Amino acid sequence: MKCSTEAVALMHKYLDDELTKDEEKTLRDHLHKCERCQKHFHELKRTIAMVQSTNQVQAPQGFAQNVMQNLPSEKKSYSYKRWFKSHPMLTAAAIFFILMFGSVFSMWNQDQHLSVSKQKDIIIQDNTVIVPEGKTVEGDLVVKNGNLRIDGKVNGDVVLINGDNLKASAGEVTGDLSQVNQVFDWIWYKMKTTVKDVFSMKEEK
Amino acid sequence: MDLFIKEKIKKVKKGDQSAFEEVVTFYQNKVYQICFRMLGNAHEAEDIAQEAFVRAYTNIHSFDENRKFSTWLYRIATNLSIDRIRKKKPDYFLDAEVKGTEGLTMYSQISADQALPEEEVESLELQEYIHKEILSLPAKYRSVIVLRYIDELSLQEISDILDIPVGTVKTRIHRGREALRKKLRHV
Ligand SMILES: [Zn+2]
Repeated sequence: MKCSTEAVALMHKYLDDELTKDEEKTLRDHLHKCERCQKHFHELKRTIAMVQSTNQVQAPQGFAQNVMQNLPSEKKSYSYKRWFKSHPMLTAAAIFFILMFGSVFSMWNQDQHLSVSKQKDIIIQDNTVIVPEGKTVEGDLVVKNGNLRIDGKVNGDVVLINGDNLKASAGEVTGDLSQVNQVFDWIWYKMKTTVKDVFSMKEEK
Repeated sequence: MDLFIKEKIKKVKKGDQSAFEEVVTFYQNKVYQICFRMLGNAHEAEDIAQEAFVRAYTNIHSFDENRKFSTWLYRIATNLSIDRIRKKKPDYFLDAEVKGTEGLTMYSQISADQALPEEEVESLELQEYIHKEILSLPAKYRSVIVLRYIDELSLQEISDILDIPVGTVKTRIHRGREALRKKLRHV
């Protein structure tokens, strides 16, 4: 066996855990009678031990926080969503106000009546609000007590309240899709009368 | 632990930035270690490690969830480190082969001749010495040695990280080990 090539190659195979039983025996036999290879083998193993002994370095203090500060700012829609999760009541109230003071298209005098926050480019069929193909709704879309089908595009968040059905497979929503049911049920129940009052006052003016 | 990371990555993909902080905390030492051993100085290592995480975040949608996140992340860190080395050093340095009888560096001669009075000093000096010798390897050998012996990754993982065949990984590790053996045998 040639020391410089064959024996050394076997040593490296050994270090990679890839020696067959036969090769292992060949190497062992050779090391028994060849001092030079023995030394070489010992040096290799010692080298690895030395490399492995280098202290594990640790990332500097505050590393993770620095990374977080350097990230591009989060999509607004998501912070909204997280905020929503941690403040369900406030969010429900916020949605309530959007419905009240936004461009609300609705008949509020019936409990289970469909309402939608926008009128433009939207078709209402039976109990379903449809964003037609080829149409784009600018801004957030809130639908209450109805189903929603998006064939076109919504440039904003979509919130479906008390609706069972949200179909957006063909369409596109640039923001978030959320469905609000239980929370709104509760707040809706509590505020129903107030809403009626507010609207009747408006009508009187 | 893989499951924990998988969950976090899912959240990050959905846009939850805060979930990324736990990912950073989990991998920061490993990633910093790769950069430090590749680049050799703490300041640059921090710089590149930071950038690796920011890149991972901004490209998170291109990460295939069926694969190992660590592999993907280490790949970004390794590539950024190699890019940085390339910018600092002339090209030939990167692809230079390990020569058979490379002389000891100035530093190694001094420290080899020195008597080592106390064990603690010895270990610190030795650490520093080994670190420098690893750094003196051409980048392509350095990266495999660092990933194999300091980050303790398998040949297959290294092959995935560096995007080179396992056979090439083996060859480079062999050469890297031989080169280091020549540098360290006198210590
Ligand atoms: Zn021999």
